[in-house]
Amino acid sequence: MNSFIVKSPGILTLFQDSGRSGFYHLGLTNGGPLDSNAFKWANRLCGNSLGTCALEVSMGGLELESQVDTLIAITGANMALTINSKPQELWRTHHIKSGDTISLAYASHGVRSYLAVAGGFTIAPQFGSRSTVCREGVGGLNGDKIAKGDVLPCAPFKSDNFSYDQMLPKKLHPIYHDHVTLRTVPSYQQQHFSSVQQRLFYSSEYGVSQLNDRMGYRLSGQKITSDIQGILSEGICSGAIQIPADGQPIVLLNDRQTIGGYPKIGAVISADTSKLAQLSAGQKVNFEAISMECAHNIHHLTSHLFKQTQLERCS
Amino acid sequence: MNIQVAGENALIIYFAEQASPYVAQQVKQAQVLIQRELKQLLVDFIPSYASLLVVYNIDKTDHHNVRALIRKCLMQLTDDIATVGKIVELPVFYGEDVGIDLKALAQQAKLSVKDVIDIHQSVEYRVYAIGFAPGFAYLGDVDSRIATPRLSTPRKKVPQGAVAIADKQTAIYPSESPGGWNIIGKSPTKMFDRNATETMPVAVGDIVKFNAITKAEFLALGGVL
Repeated sequence: MNSFIVKSPGILTLFQDSGRSGFYHLGLTNGGPLDSNAFKWANRLCGNSLGTCALEVSMGGLELESQVDTLIAITGANMALTINSKPQELWRTHHIKSGDTISLAYASHGVRSYLAVAGGFTIAPQFGSRSTVCREGVGGLNGDKIAKGDVLPCAPFKSDNFSYDQMLPKKLHPIYHDHVTLRTVPSYQQQHFSSVQQRLFYSSEYGVSQLNDRMGYRLSGQKITSDIQGILSEGICSGAIQIPADGQPIVLLNDRQTIGGYPKIGAVISADTSKLAQLSAGQKVNFEAISMECAHNIHHLTSHLFKQTQLERCS
Repeated sequence: MNIQVAGENALIIYFAEQASPYVAQQVKQAQVLIQRELKQLLVDFIPSYASLLVVYNIDKTDHHNVRALIRKCLMQLTDDIATVGKIVELPVFYGEDVGIDLKALAQQAKLSVKDVIDIHQSVEYRVYAIGFAPGFAYLGDVDSRIATPRLSTPRKKVPQGAVAIADKQTAIYPSESPGGWNIIGKSPTKMFDRNATETMPVAVGDIVKFNAITKAEFLALGGVL
């Protein structure tokens, strides 16, 4: 069978495709890659359609043995990559032979990396997606993270597609900084936060707390208050910024619960939740209010740049 | 009714300040109309107590257009309460061996256990929202005589099928999970069956009636004590 065998699963390695949609009404959340930018590049390098199922490796520590001759690409956080103990580069393709060992060390900068394989991983989808949401026990292999000894099935490699390796030009590799500005659309219950509270929120720096996972990032810093305690539970979109009673913001991400009753001051745009998910405890963020017009523009310009970018052939 | 921004690709419609069967009907009606109007522009939606979140495809449209389409749908809402929601009957075994908080709840409410069971069954509930976990349906309103606050210390494990009360809400736990609701019985009906053609027996806006069954009936319907 075309597959990889897990020698070491790392801290949290999950199958992710572009995520689940159309099942909010059953209480099923999205899942999907936390850093969709790095995820899309991994697939594009492998010649896949952009939502193809790949591995999201959080923090690192993954080791796989290939059972197939194929092509892979790893993008995202700076995790030292070795293939058969030889150091290799991220953000490019690598031709792999059956029996090869692929290792990712722990990340030095950033948190998530993405390992895509030509044709994708071919596990069975659940509710229209292969994305793993451990809290729901949905997607992936048995709804759970990858474990030692798991067999990860992948598509057969069509060698005629790729006789050479390609890379994302070096100048376009994202740099994972210690500080990220989260552009935010003011929304939901924003009118319940006074102008003083809003100014405090948008002018303060917040630290990423230890409580950060695929559901959300809890931040610590300037306390923010609103004139309401709670609200009737309502639908929560990705990136929504919840302000619970302790006044410490929580940015809700891909595995969030679909409804909730805390007041929300706004929602971070997806281009920036991707950057937030590359931060770990102690790193810093600030929020910048932008208009819906601006948010739409950023989305379109970002996807246009992605499409226009030419991959380089590796020498 | 007002339409607010939720996120870069989402708007939220607020129907009222408070939940009620009437508002639940409006939410459900709007959901059906918006699904029909937005078609492929719609990515997903989340109906809840008094709101509807609409997530749209930002590659194909923008918030101005979606707002206009939503407004068009909201103009078509009617007061006809019979237009939406099916009636679903769910069997419950109210035995004290599975309804582990029945006695305490009855004492707190100064009622007999039998009264609590009768009152719980006497109401037609609305499915106000689904969330928290896959298949977890929030039903209301519980009769105020048996509306009981959550346990001060939540349990680490509430079994699948547990029928429980928290304030004016009642629910059937779709899977084993932590929880602080008062458990008064157990239903053999699966609230979330990932292998069934219909994953859930209920949807937001539906009406639920509980029917007491005996232990023998509970077991015959596949219930596990």
